Amino acid sequence: MLGGPGLESVVDQIISVITNDGRNIVGVLKGFDQATNIILDESHERVYSTKEGVQQLVLGLYIIRGDNISVIGELDEELDAGLDLSELRAHPLKPVIH
Amino acid sequence: MLFFSYFKDLVGREVTVELKNDLAIRGTLHSVDQYLNIKLENTRVVDQEKFPHMLSVRNCFIRGSVVRYVQLPPEGVDIELLHDATRREARGG
Repeated sequence: MLGGPGLESVVDQIISVITNDGRNIVGVLKGFDQATNIILDESHERVYSTKEGVQQLVLGLYIIRGDNISVIGELDEELDAGLDLSELRAHPLKPVIH
Repeated sequence: MLFFSYFKDLVGREVTVELKNDLAIRGTLHSVDQYLNIKLENTRVVDQEKFPHMLSVRNCFIRGSVVRYVQLPPEGVDIELLHDATRREARGG
C-alpha cells in the first residue's frame, strides 16, 4: 500500500495544477510529500475570463499546500503549443465547496 | 478499506469523476490510493467548451478530498459482491 500520492512519474515535468479556489497554475514539479504539498518551479498562473484571452502571470518558485489542491495534470506540451490562449474565452473555475 | 479495494478492482475501466467545483473528468482509471486519490489516463473534460482549463492535459491526479461522484459503467458493478463486502465491513467496524 503506497503511503503518498504517486507523483514520482511527473517529477521534473510540466504540470497543470487546479487549486481549491479555482486557480490554474502551470509549472515544473520539483517535489511533493505525503500530504500532496508540492514544489513548483518556473510557475505561472493562467487566468481565464469571458471578456479577454487567457492572462499568464509569472510566479516563479512556489510551494502549494496539499489541502488546497484539487487536480494535478500532466501537461502535454505538444497539445499546449497548439492552443491559442489569446483566443480562449471561459468563465473562471468555481471554487470547491465541501 | 472497502472502497479502496473496490476501486482497485475497477482499474482499467472508463470512469467519470465529478469534482466539488462542478468539473467532470472522464478517463481510464489508472490507480487509486488509501485516500481514494484517483489517477486517470487518457482524460477528457466532459464539457470542454465550458471548461477549457485542461485541454492540454491527458493524464491527471485527482485529490480524493475533492471528489463528489465517481460515475461507473453499470457492467463494472457487481451488486451482490458489494452487498457482501458491506455486510462484512459493517460487522467488523
